[in-house]
Amino acid sequence: MNSLHLILRYFSASLRSQLQYPGSAVMLGIGAFLTTIIDMLAAWALFDRFGQVQGWSLGHIAVFYGVVSTSFALTDFFTRGFDVFGGEFVKTGAFDRILLRPRSPALQLVGYEFRLSRFGRLAQALLVLFVGAAVVGVEWSPDKVLLLAWTITGGVALFTGLLVLQASFAFWTTESLEVFNVLTYGGIQAAQFPLSLYAAWFRNFLIFVVPLGCVAYYPVLAILDQPDPLGAPDWWLPTAPAMGFVFLNLSFLAWRAGIRRYTSTGS
Amino acid sequence: MDAARPYLAAFSSRFLLMLQYRAAAIAGFATQCWWGGIKVMIYAAFFAAAPAAAAASPMTLAQVITYTWLAQALLALTPWSADPEVALSVRTGSVAYDRLRPVDTYSLWYVRGAAWMASRALPRAALMLLGAGLVLPLIGLSDWAWKPPPTLAAAAAFAISLPLALALSSAFLMIVNIIVAATLTDRGVNVLFNSLIIVFSGNLLPLALYPDWARTALLVQPFAGMMDIPLRLYVGQLSGAGALAGLGLQAFWTLALILLGRWAMARVMRRLEVQGG
Repeated sequence: MNSLHLILRYFSASLRSQLQYPGSAVMLGIGAFLTTIIDMLAAWALFDRFGQVQGWSLGHIAVFYGVVSTSFALTDFFTRGFDVFGGEFVKTGAFDRILLRPRSPALQLVGYEFRLSRFGRLAQALLVLFVGAAVVGVEWSPDKVLLLAWTITGGVALFTGLLVLQASFAFWTTESLEVFNVLTYGGIQAAQFPLSLYAAWFRNFLIFVVPLGCVAYYPVLAILDQPDPLGAPDWWLPTAPAMGFVFLNLSFLAWRAGIRRYTSTGS
Repeated sequence: MDAARPYLAAFSSRFLLMLQYRAAAIAGFATQCWWGGIKVMIYAAFFAAAPAAAAASPMTLAQVITYTWLAQALLALTPWSADPEVALSVRTGSVAYDRLRPVDTYSLWYVRGAAWMASRALPRAALMLLGAGLVLPLIGLSDWAWKPPPTLAAAAAFAISLPLALALSSAFLMIVNIIVAATLTDRGVNVLFNSLIIVFSGNLLPLALYPDWARTALLVQPFAGMMDIPLRLYVGQLSGAGALAGLGLQAFWTLALILLGRWAMARVMRRLEVQGG
């Protein structure tokens, strides 16, 4: 059985098990839709009081937020295995079983669970994205749709990299480090505002360390047809999402180093 | 005094137990620094971008910044989720032991919940005071620092208001606990109340910064007393008659929620099914 076939198998098994509780799946989805709405509430209230910030309006913030939240919702859909890796696999010794199977561990962890409830966040994020784009007057041409898809792909790569990195740390700490939520949920919070609002050191962190700015701020500027107020060259704006893939590859280096030093906790 | 002894013992044992979780406190502190830092930078950008609106704002930037650090420091003082101990005892059936003890179950759970929240808040608040109150000014970022209260009156009002906030949060926590006891699960109720608390306690955004037409409604709802009112008293945004009204609102909601909780608890306990066996 090739990998793609295997993933589809995992997917249909996970789907069927969640649909055993259709009410729960629907309610969790609706709940996610409603709770993510509050993400935009603070921004709305601030714009209502202050009007604009450095020339940005609520519509711009909605596009930034929609792009990064869509990326995260898609990532969250298939990375549950990495999220719970410390507690469910390392601590219990269940990772031994995964290593014994003749397939890559990462593939098996992706197959651990596909969370249907994440479609609530995805629906909300896409809604915010397209309403925001309509408000600020984005005209969707084929190359802009392509750029949007490329941006979201880069975002998925970055968030997947963060989840893989979180799981890799569990080889050393045995527990899942919830501090990483700062970079995922907190990352959405940080990336929904233009980088120019932040102090220089924080801006550099979001460009060079955890490149959230490269999968939201820069490519969205290109979608909005705006030059970077901070002076990044125009060619860089649509290229930036590639940094998400760089981050993902670096995370897998840590992952492989972790696997090499893994010793079972099981008995 | 003798009547209060079992409750004091329950409070102090839970308080001391929870203080042991140092790694959790440090992780919480790191998370709260991140959120607090982002918020401070965003508020500063908004205030700088629209000087006219900033001048008309009901809070100054310095007040908003101190409010933000305090809100992060006291995050654990709001009832984020049902008391995990109560949820577990309902699920495993050990709730039966609590019912057999010769003490009032409502009061026992109430003091345990208060101890749980207070002990989680204390180390985080101390670290935050150190970080945002001391380290930030030392590295030259005193504009973004956690400042002391402007007047003695503000400090005194805060000192009265903070225990009231804990009492109110504990009373609300009991409502959540009772819902868990009635429905046997803490999942749905936690998700639902999380969103309510994050918005209406002022954690997401100081309640005074929402549009002016919503101001009164936001002040009189019960969640304001858990965080927003003490923090406004601290920064001096509520003073004089406003301060008294704020304290009154906290006392009123505490009393109302305790009465509601006792009534609901009596009903739920009359037909409680003990799980396990």
